[in-house]
Amino acid sequence: MALLRPTTILLGKELRSEFRTRELLTTTWVFVLTVLVLFSFTFDPTQAESRRFGPGLLWLALLFAGSLMLHPSFAREQVNDTLAALRMAPIEPVSILAAKILANLCFLLVAEVFLLPIFAVIYNLSLVPILGQLVLVLLLGTLALSTVGTVFSAISSQARMRELLLPLLLLPLLAPALIASTEATRGLLEDPPALSLEWTGLLAAFDIIFLTVTWLFGEYLLDE
Amino acid sequence: MRQDTTSVVESKEPQKRGGMGVAETLGVALLIGFAGYAALFIAPTERTMGIIQRIFYFHVPSAWTGFVAFFITFVASIAYLRSRKLKWDRLAVSAAEIGVAFFTIVLITGPIWARPVWGIWWTWDARLTSSFVLWLLFVCYLLLRRLVDEPERRAVLSAVFGIFASFDIPLVYFSIWLFRTQHPQPVIGAGGSLDPRMRNVLLICWAALLGVMVLLIRQRYRLETLRHKVEELRTESARRSDWA
Repeated sequence: MALLRPTTILLGKELRSEFRTRELLTTTWVFVLTVLVLFSFTFDPTQAESRRFGPGLLWLALLFAGSLMLHPSFAREQVNDTLAALRMAPIEPVSILAAKILANLCFLLVAEVFLLPIFAVIYNLSLVPILGQLVLVLLLGTLALSTVGTVFSAISSQARMRELLLPLLLLPLLAPALIASTEATRGLLEDPPALSLEWTGLLAAFDIIFLTVTWLFGEYLLDE
Repeated sequence: MRQDTTSVVESKEPQKRGGMGVAETLGVALLIGFAGYAALFIAPTERTMGIIQRIFYFHVPSAWTGFVAFFITFVASIAYLRSRKLKWDRLAVSAAEIGVAFFTIVLITGPIWARPVWGIWWTWDARLTSSFVLWLLFVCYLLLRRLVDEPERRAVLSAVFGIFASFDIPLVYFSIWLFRTQHPQPVIGAGGSLDPRMRNVLLICWAALLGVMVLLIRQRYRLETLRHKVEELRTESARRSDWA
């Protein structure tokens, strides 16, 4: 458990620096909201269409938001070269990544908590009866986004055109997660609602695989 | 010291150039020629699809060869991270580029076949979509490499991305397969058994394309090595002119 303590301390640091300004949270929240409103113009959603397309729109909007908001995760460490300081600390390098993954998971989840009611209202969906299962799907899907997104933010922060590069790397790789979370959410909106074991299982498998890959290979991204 | 670096660069060069197998190249050229002949004249004409089906002898083996190339990228990426030897990085990028080339062939020959048989150029069928996503992933891998200048940094970043992309391949295929089997889709020629002659021709074509892949990867690897040397010499000369 040599990982746990440094990870919680670093997580505290990430959360503190974000909640001081709440810049990421507010911008993400407004961004997703804008995308959701704009999506409604691409088709005129009736009740049935909302059920069919709503989940996809929600996840696509979250994915776009994630690919933009995860960029500062590593980029803002570069301003004062604070990543070098973190690396010098006597801790496992993976804990730096773990803390950032958890922090980004928290930011995205908080943004989702404030988004869901509005999403439900503007797309005329009743989410209250399925809230428990929906939270599970959101948790798994957001974990996929934050895991891969954080690692790729470490990659793109070291390249040129990094703001553009992150979505480029992230979006095709997350295709399976997008499909799985969209389908799982769609299953919940059907009548009667059903939590698809296949899709939640696939989503969980995605999380486990990439958390393991991050654990095995992530630290290489941090050394100088 | 300075003399040393230049002489090393020069002494290795003639050996390698001389060894750049003319025989292998000829062998592969003969094999691909025969594969083309076999696909056009030896394999029997398919009953329902007719002559257009023959594109399958290059379409399918291209996909298999592309997979082999991406697998080489995956293994070379891990080997690089473990050993930190740039030769593995050169192998990884060579294989990735050739893999993308083969999958480009797949994505071009597919619609050429689909148009007369299905009546449409493209459909969001499981295999088409997954091949497209796979192609995109490795195009992004190549793009990433262009955006990082320092060789070691580029090697590490692209190795990690290559490993992530490789682990993504089965997930992409499985998720899209699951997605498509739950949705309406045009019926694709049912599996069935393959005529033994067709199977043999298919395997010959695959062998020929694997040969082409090996040759191209070797050539590309050599090019990457030369580029690396040019880069080294350039830094070296810049350093010397600084001193002067």
